[in-house]
Amino acid sequence: MKGRGLYNFAFFDEGSKREIRRAILKAIAIPGYQVPFASREMPIARGWGTGGLQITLSIIGRGDVLKVIDQGSDESVNAVSIKRLVACTTGVETTEETARASIVQSRHRIPEERLRPGQVLVLQVPIPEPLRFVEPSEYATKRLHAEKEYSGAYLALFEEIIRYGRVSTGADHPVMVNGRYVMAPSPIPRFDNPKLDMPEALILLGAGREKKIYAVPPYTRVASLDFEDHPFAVETLEGRRCRICGSEGVYMDEIVDESARSRSWQCNDTAWCAARARASRAPGGNASGGCV
Amino acid sequence: MIDEAGMAMRIEGLSRTFGPGCARCAGDRESSLERNYCPDCGTVYALRDLSLELYDGEVLGVVGESGSGKSTILNCLYFDLAPTSGSAFISSYRGGERDIFSVSSQERRAIRNRLLGKVYQNPTQGLRMSFSAVSNIAERMIASGSRNVSAMEARAVSLLSHVNIAPLRMREAPERFSGGMQQRVQIAKALSTNPPILLLDEVTTGLDLSVQAKVLDLIKEIQRELGISMLLVSHDLGVIRMLADRTLVMLDGRIVESGLTDQVLEDPQHPYSQELVHSML
Repeated sequence: MKGRGLYNFAFFDEGSKREIRRAILKAIAIPGYQVPFASREMPIARGWGTGGLQITLSIIGRGDVLKVIDQGSDESVNAVSIKRLVACTTGVETTEETARASIVQSRHRIPEERLRPGQVLVLQVPIPEPLRFVEPSEYATKRLHAEKEYSGAYLALFEEIIRYGRVSTGADHPVMVNGRYVMAPSPIPRFDNPKLDMPEALILLGAGREKKIYAVPPYTRVASLDFEDHPFAVETLEGRRCRICGSEGVYMDEIVDESARSRSWQCNDTAWCAARARASRAPGGNASGGCV
Repeated sequence: MIDEAGMAMRIEGLSRTFGPGCARCAGDRESSLERNYCPDCGTVYALRDLSLELYDGEVLGVVGESGSGKSTILNCLYFDLAPTSGSAFISSYRGGERDIFSVSSQERRAIRNRLLGKVYQNPTQGLRMSFSAVSNIAERMIASGSRNVSAMEARAVSLLSHVNIAPLRMREAPERFSGGMQQRVQIAKALSTNPPILLLDEVTTGLDLSVQAKVLDLIKEIQRELGISMLLVSHDLGVIRMLADRTLVMLDGRIVESGLTDQVLEDPQHPYSQELVHSML
């Protein structure tokens, strides 16, 4: 490939990789704690997944298999660009199958297929600070974390209940990690929050613009913040069925057909959907075999 | 420490300086300072070895000109500002045996949320202006560990109606309220966790007379009903006369006169107090 030879393996110099790995190790050692790191200039703009990309480039080895998704899709421009950059500078194999990947970099979703031990999920984070909405000062939020003073996070949820009658976090619903740190899970839908609890895979979160790395190590307790009389609840998916593969109970995109004045639903996770669709087309076939 | 029954709070030797200090003002301050600052290094001695006692259910007034250190006392007590030296004891915190300035920041937060309530002169300091009035009141309850929305909402609504905020507007943000309403929301917020001590910093300054009267009525009523001890800072002698049982007169970071409010206002002893009382309209 063209990029190989021009750049060091995985784009970064070895010193950069080591520095980022050190931050990752610290993040794993203190679940949910935002570790500051020297975020690098990347060949993509900040805010386009540089945090996740830097983690991926630092941990990837020649034997890894990479999958990159953007809002559930393997084929979005951003996912394809990131995947191509990593592939060009490492030569690793890429895949769209969640089960085959050893590293899954994702923006705004956790794959439907349950991640296994040994896999690493890398999430791209725009705003890592869960208290930012109530406290604009970084100096102040660091202190609030140190003192485990999280009334601000609850206050934000309380305000939503007062205004709208229910918690209305569309994404990025704050979670308590290991009973200690409140963490922004990146803008995943509430539907994905339960997948953070006691995960079998390692979950790493990177914010390139905000220069923070944090982690949920395997088998860590992660609880979504809620109130006694307003328990945490995921988005309701009742009555939604994928128009392509017929799946139910997974996160769906709403597809509006304006000319037909109708709407339908479709799996947000494209790899999941494609595998289900293939399985239903070829009865007895392997649901997770081959590329789309 | 507090060893006297009926005492709610005691401050001992509270000092706060702004500036580095120098050889001249480190020595004999009496002769070296010009009013409350050092003419050589410019260090301001905002509070100078101030001691006071606040008794249960009492309203203690603090008067003095602008810059005399009145608000600095409240800022130190509410941990908005660290004192340079001195100690303070609250009877409801560990029996008044522990200096509240020497405890950890978590403990200080707990004292702030449960044992003290403060009403700031400027409501933008005491309220989250873009959050609803109900949420503002719930904030202190959340910080004190409450996690029940309907209980907190009910308490907020009852407090807000107590301070005469129309039910229709309770879910609105205080940034859309008038100054008097904002001040009343602040009072409701301060009361939400039933603190035994309330710190009031120029609560009626800047409000028009009829609204002032309403706020004063409210404070009087709260004091009568709940028996809360209050430290009331004001430069308005009318407010002090109406609310305070005892009054301290401050000048240049020190108390120059103290006594029953009537006594201080009718028969002031210190030249500054005399000047203050005589300049009353």
